[in-house]
Amino acid sequence: MTDVVTARELGVVGCHVCGLVSRAEHVPPGATCPRCHVPLHRRKTNSLARTWALLLAAAVLYLPANLLPIMRTVSLGDVDDNTILTGVIELWRNGSADLAIIVFVASIVVPMTKFIVLGTLLVSAQRKSGWALKQRARFYRLVELVGYWSMLDVFVVALLSALVHFQVLSRVEPKPGVIYFGLVVVLTMLASMSFDPRLIWDRKETDD
Amino acid sequence: MTEPEQPRDGREDLPEPVVHKRRVGISLIWLVPLVAAIVGASLLVHGWLGQGPSIIVTFQTAEGLEANKTQVKYKNVVIGKVTQIALNHDRSRVRVKIDLEKNAESFATKDTRFWVVRPRVGIGGVSGVDTLFSGAFIGADTGDSADEQDEFKGLETPPPVLHGQPGKRFTLHSGDLGSLDIGSPVYFRRVQVGHVVSHALDESGKGVSLQVFIDAPNDRYVSKSSRFWNASGVDVSLGADGLKLNTQSIATVLAGGVAFQSPNGPHDDTPAEENASFSLFNDQSTAMAPPDGEPRYIRMRFDHPVRGLRADSPVEFLGVNVGKVVSVNLDYDVKTQRFPVIVGAVVYPERLGKAHQKLMAAAVDKGDTDWSQMVGRLVDHGLRAQARSANLLTGQLYIAIDFDPKAKPVTFDPAAKPLELPTTSGDFDKIQEQLASIVDKVQKIPFDTIGKNLDESLKQLSGTLKQVNENLAPEATKTFKQAQQTLGAANNALSDDSPLQQNLGQTLQELQRTARSLRVLTDYLSRHPESLIRGKGKDAPPPAAPATSTNPSQGSKP
Repeated sequence: MTDVVTARELGVVGCHVCGLVSRAEHVPPGATCPRCHVPLHRRKTNSLARTWALLLAAAVLYLPANLLPIMRTVSLGDVDDNTILTGVIELWRNGSADLAIIVFVASIVVPMTKFIVLGTLLVSAQRKSGWALKQRARFYRLVELVGYWSMLDVFVVALLSALVHFQVLSRVEPKPGVIYFGLVVVLTMLASMSFDPRLIWDRKETDD
Repeated sequence: MTEPEQPRDGREDLPEPVVHKRRVGISLIWLVPLVAAIVGASLLVHGWLGQGPSIIVTFQTAEGLEANKTQVKYKNVVIGKVTQIALNHDRSRVRVKIDLEKNAESFATKDTRFWVVRPRVGIGGVSGVDTLFSGAFIGADTGDSADEQDEFKGLETPPPVLHGQPGKRFTLHSGDLGSLDIGSPVYFRRVQVGHVVSHALDESGKGVSLQVFIDAPNDRYVSKSSRFWNASGVDVSLGADGLKLNTQSIATVLAGGVAFQSPNGPHDDTPAEENASFSLFNDQSTAMAPPDGEPRYIRMRFDHPVRGLRADSPVEFLGVNVGKVVSVNLDYDVKTQRFPVIVGAVVYPERLGKAHQKLMAAAVDKGDTDWSQMVGRLVDHGLRAQARSANLLTGQLYIAIDFDPKAKPVTFDPAAKPLELPTTSGDFDKIQEQLASIVDKVQKIPFDTIGKNLDESLKQLSGTLKQVNENLAPEATKTFKQAQQTLGAANNALSDDSPLQQNLGQTLQELQRTARSLRVLTDYLSRHPESLIRGKGKDAPPPAAPATSTNPSQGSKP
């Protein structure tokens, strides 16, 4: 793989939108595609900083998302506030182990994975480490793939709130936790989007 | 590696990127974590600031309570939440940790009461129905105190009166609790105005004190002279106007209740003060009766059995119920070797009303210092107690205190405690005595002799009748036969066609004729008296002619 030349080595840059390849030994900030006028850059602008910022924001919001209740179930006057974890525990106790696992994976495992994977990627990219390049790339694709599955919880709450509206009999209300959780999911997705996977491979250039 | 500076074929015709100056130099992306941090921090601060005191309430059971779910409510406003439920060290009670909200800090003070609101179903009604579905919650009630406290003992039942509820408490004293309980209603003119809030035995154990709470504004109807009575059950009375069934409400029939009312007639209408004490009577009629006043104990000694007299039998003075029998005991008199019955009774002289007042006034005038002296004087006038029969069917007795003018004078000891009232034998005993004397007299009648004499007389009579039958009857038959014959003859003689009859008719005709000729003669003679001497004239007029003429001398006899 070391013999694979990069665009930078060839002194060209490709447009992300229209795919036009321009000749540029050096891409200054503010350079735009001559065809579609989209800003051109060799690497996603400020990728590491943006990813760090978004990831940190997501991590901060992940606390209230897990501590605050996300859903209130009112059934015959029995008010029940559930956070994500208590919901999972309740599902498990009520015998719906499969559902509990799904919710647990979607709401706890996936965001945590994202935090860890993105964090690792960021640190390793900053250090321009040459460790496990292929696996890191695969991890990144995995993060991209499963990222939006975390929205499952948000969708469940939204659907239930809209559908279960039987006045006294039973009612489901969204609680503030779900907003934070949604924000976490969106922010982690943005973070993984703003991370430029090419940075993984940028080891060589730094050595120059 | 390869030199990047070296141009390659076919790259010369590639266009150069257009370079613009960046408008913003600093990355705004760091605002995102900043905002997130601010939000997180504000949540943290909010949560920390909103955190009220944490208190511990102990209950006997945690039934219906759930950590992180059970709410604490005051006036149905959530003021906290149960966060932890654990047993205390000796496992006798349940420690419930409650996180109060910031604005409910004042509930962590000394007088605050906590209790678990559960659905309760009683005869008097159902409460806490909403908790059937929503689960129990912990109710709270504030107090006056400002002293902070963080450990409380929870009530097992809801407090009957909440702090600051307008109204008044009163204390009622009763012999027993009856069917009353906490929460039993209190009625005024059949309107529920309050309820029983607590009950406890008196220190002495001889009675029960009840606390009732009358809600404002109806508490003003409790006056100093109000009478309270136990309105439990059904009051059935059979009076001159028929059978009367009286009850406050169906609920009181089952669950009991208290009613009060002011007495009839003039009375003190000033509203009673908080915590005033009243007596709780057993029924309305007792309650509404004039006040009994001070009870007096009297003792009576009956020398005859008083079967049918028992505790609670009434004591009447001239027909007015003045008290009741409290004890009936047998005694033994060593001297006379007899078993007198000692009857103890409690009497309320004030039930006599005006008579009592006048008696007391008179007693004071006479310089009596004690009630007993007055009674002594009445005893001298023949006041006696008597066991009378109240009901011939059941043999119930009552004590009648009455004046017996024929009573033998007795010695009365005014200093005796309790006062001993002389007795006379009861009316039933009198009847018995009279009956006995009648029986005695009847027994004295010589029924044997009477019977014998009667027997002899009857025998004689029988002999006489035999004689009559034997001797007299044939003679009589003969006589009757003869009489019959005589009568037959007489009958024949008197019949229409009998010669006697005919003869009689002729004789009578003859007599008629004779009478007529005699009249003619007398008429003639009256007109011609001379004919007696001269004889009859030749031309004698027809006898009828002179009969019509009016002659003053006609009819006169010569």
